[in-house]
Amino acid sequence: MSATTYEPGTAAATDAVTGLLPARHARSVPAPIPTSRVLGVELRKMFDTRSGFWLMVSIVLLSITATAAVIIFSAREDLTYGTFAAAIGIPMSVVLPMVAILSVTSEWSQRTGLTTFTLVPSRGRVIGAKAALAVAIAAVSMVVALGVGAVGNLVGTAIAGVDPVWDISAREFGQIVLANELVMLVGFTLGVLLRNSAAGIIGYFVWSFVIPGISAALEGVQQWWLDNAAWFELNTATYPLFDGLHLTGQMWAQLAVTTTLWVALPLAVGVWTLLRSEVK
Amino acid sequence: MIIVNDLTKRYGGYTAVDHVSFTAQAGRVTGFLGPNGAGKSTSMRVMVGLTEPTSGSVTVLGRRYADLPNPGREVGVLLDASAQHAGRTGREILTLAARTVGVPKARVDEMLDLVSLTEQEAGRRVRNYSLGMRQRLGIAAALIGGPEVLILDEPANGLDPAGIRWMRDLLRSFADAGGTVLLSSHLLHEIEVIADDLVVIGNGEIVAGGTKEELLATAGTLVRAADTVALGAALSGAGITVHPSGHDALRAEADLARVGHAAFAAGIPLTELRAADGAGLEEIFLELTAATQREGVAA
Repeated sequence: MSATTYEPGTAAATDAVTGLLPARHARSVPAPIPTSRVLGVELRKMFDTRSGFWLMVSIVLLSITATAAVIIFSAREDLTYGTFAAAIGIPMSVVLPMVAILSVTSEWSQRTGLTTFTLVPSRGRVIGAKAALAVAIAAVSMVVALGVGAVGNLVGTAIAGVDPVWDISAREFGQIVLANELVMLVGFTLGVLLRNSAAGIIGYFVWSFVIPGISAALEGVQQWWLDNAAWFELNTATYPLFDGLHLTGQMWAQLAVTTTLWVALPLAVGVWTLLRSEVK
Repeated sequence: MIIVNDLTKRYGGYTAVDHVSFTAQAGRVTGFLGPNGAGKSTSMRVMVGLTEPTSGSVTVLGRRYADLPNPGREVGVLLDASAQHAGRTGREILTLAARTVGVPKARVDEMLDLVSLTEQEAGRRVRNYSLGMRQRLGIAAALIGGPEVLILDEPANGLDPAGIRWMRDLLRSFADAGGTVLLSSHLLHEIEVIADDLVVIGNGEIVAGGTKEELLATAGTLVRAADTVALGAALSGAGITVHPSGHDALRAEADLARVGHAAFAAGIPLTELRAADGAGLEEIFLELTAATQREGVAA
């Protein structure tokens, strides 16, 4: 804390300015901004805008709708923990990457970077905080999905009059978290690389919906593609994670290669240009 | 104190800022004056580390801006009042700034009070703010950390006359308390009333600088007549050197009496005859703006 003579609530309007201006020798150099504060502010910024608010609302609404749909439409033998957790987890995994994208792109598209990067001149710290929060949110959201899914499983099976089935192992849960982290990081990477909200969101939908569709179509007509797509198409490489399979060494290798291709390399290029770009 | 030392910024072949050097002193308001596109905003972005200079350096309070441990506590910056997230409320924007720099929450209300934004206005989203309200919010955000240096780019834009008056008083008291104020403007008269020191920039280069008194104290006489050409010829004929001043006046390098006699002797009725205080600065400025103005002021 610096040695300002500020007294909250006592100073009249003009005095609030002059009262904060003791002579230079009386001012101590302020302490550096702690990383915890950068993290706290960046987390708040993800959800304090109108778009952030509606993205959160949409997650809740989609989760409730999906859970209700599972209870109403699923066959009794499908009323398992896995089904309920997926009903909440899937809306989250679709919407939260958009939060990650917007957390980066809005600094440019809404031009808030002018304030953000003058208050915290180290852009690496700000972007690092955003990345850490994206990773944390992806993990926490899956734990929430697991918790709410458990409630849904208990309530849903009680309504249907069947015994609850608990069919997610710790390994399977870990794989789902990892898959969600990858999706989140793809969103984050698009944000860092494109630094434009509209382009980022469109890019994310192309990646998560259009590319898998094209890939699936190619797999149907071309044997080579079917055999090798997992080496360069990240969605294909992550399916085993979502499906709860025991991953083979080759599957892990495919995951590593596609992640390097789709996340590590573009993110490195994006961060490199971001740190050098001009903030206008 | 801000020291700008030989600052240059090039974009490919275009030089936006060309070897600019000046100092903004503590306790004084320094006006950074120039037409649109002269390099004011680029210079200011370089000062706060948003743009990397091609060469040269800027120090604020003895350090590079990026090396300040918590810049918001020492330097208040307002570069563009419109550069705020349209979906946030005014209060939220100030809360974020207060948290980042680490000042108590009560400071938000203090600043809202200081810039005369009401409780209700502060709760509205910035999308619905007028430019004047955004400027007030921007000033509040700049002051929230209790800085001793202010860097403001066109802060009077969008303010009504009462708002401009308020801003002037605010910056005056800030400087009188020992603070450093650097503000830019493309309007000579706006900056004339508030600045102690002036730095005039055109096409990326400093064209004039000094205290306001120095720059305004132009030698000579400003003289105006219906027929400027005839007046110019008459004065030249009397051995007086004349310069055009604005589009229908002349500045003569002689005292009032000599100019008046020369015009009288030539039988030219004058419409204005006065000491040319400030005319020199105005000439410099009009010459600078001539290129960008559609009316094409004759220089």
